Amino acid sequence: MSMLELRGVTKVYGQGATVVNALGGVDLTVEPGAMVAVMGPSGSGKSTLLTIAGSLEDPTEGEVLIDGAPLSRMSRNAKARLRRRSIGYVFQDFNLLPGLTAVENVALPLELDGVSGRRARAVGKRALDDLGLSERADRFPDQLSGGERQRVAIARAVVGDRHVLLADEPSGALDSVNGEAVMRLVHDACKRGVAAVVVTHDAQLASWADRVVFLRDGHVVDQTAPPDGPESLLTIPGQLQ
Amino acid sequence: MSVRHALLALLSEGPKYGLQLREEFEAGTGEVWPLNVGQVYTTLQRLERDGLVESDDTTEVGPQKGFRITPGGAEELAAWLHTPPDLSSPPRDELVMKVLVALRVPGVDVHEVIQVHRRYLVELMQQWTRLKEDEAEFDLSLALVVDAELFRLDSVIRWLDAAEGRLKRAAADRATESTTAAAPQLAPAPLPSLRRRTGVRR
Repeated sequence: MSMLELRGVTKVYGQGATVVNALGGVDLTVEPGAMVAVMGPSGSGKSTLLTIAGSLEDPTEGEVLIDGAPLSRMSRNAKARLRRRSIGYVFQDFNLLPGLTAVENVALPLELDGVSGRRARAVGKRALDDLGLSERADRFPDQLSGGERQRVAIARAVVGDRHVLLADEPSGALDSVNGEAVMRLVHDACKRGVAAVVVTHDAQLASWADRVVFLRDGHVVDQTAPPDGPESLLTIPGQLQ
Repeated sequence: MSVRHALLALLSEGPKYGLQLREEFEAGTGEVWPLNVGQVYTTLQRLERDGLVESDDTTEVGPQKGFRITPGGAEELAAWLHTPPDLSSPPRDELVMKVLVALRVPGVDVHEVIQVHRRYLVELMQQWTRLKEDEAEFDLSLALVVDAELFRLDSVIRWLDAAEGRLKRAAADRATESTTAAAPQLAPAPLPSLRRRTGVRR
């Protein structure tokens, strides 16, 4: 069964002369352990797709299923619980709370979900250890570099038993080395069974995905075939003089 | 890629045999550029002829013959390293030509042409990234070669994205102009004609 599925998702904002068709009948399926990248220019509907997939917004038409459960049949409380327990978000600008330390930021979703503060911090500390941030656990966001802040944001997104990771331009403000480190973390999360959707206009980020979906004007216009193994690249004729 | 200068670089570390040079060349380029041993010996003979390397005092070229760089060879290597490759004029890029031609051929959707190439390039980048993910952490040379290829392919995709944005804006401008002129606009706005000739490197 797919972990995340969008069926015929349409989103329309406004009415009459000001109507904007942000998404038009998008189908998307993400299996457990898979990373799907959604590429498209500004205004193509990438971020709208992500907020609807993460139940932050309702579609005008169509259905979103998380682990087989349709969001449209859930109460507001059930959706809020699902967001806290199952879905992790990573944003371009990190969205860490400035008054909380790194480990408190990571533990927050668990505490909001009723886990005791002590236990939540222990789990948060482990998530930071896994991402090589043990030494930074007690620092505040403004005491961390951009790359470290984004690693904390990823730790927060995958802490506990989250199995859907949604990332919006996750390395947008980082240099290429830190951007690659972020994508390795998302990739590692997928190896542990997380289903990830990364929206980006950056082909270098998208190339980490198992599948790249191209969005134009709210429609999926194309997608990549499963990539061949890298062995075929190891012989490049005609390069030597 | 200059085999000649790569061999000089390897010899700048100390005297080496031909077979050793081949192995070190392949390892030093992340094994992405294979090199046959005949190519190594032919290049070494030319370097020796030009006074850039010296060999052991044996007549036969073979696995046991050692080579070392001369002062002239070291100068040649230093000059090559500091000479930028000729990037002063645009190359005759087949992809650019295809997009330009697609603008002129009736019935061809240039956006579809752009997307076909974009998808192919992203698929290639996925393959290169797999290589980096599997091996590059352990091999600096391979990581550098893979990064170079990813940045090159990425720059082509960025050009395709920019081209598509420019074409959309141009089509929208045309549509606005036509509306302002109160002319009926039933067909899609025509794409802009090519006005300028650009000198290209052949």
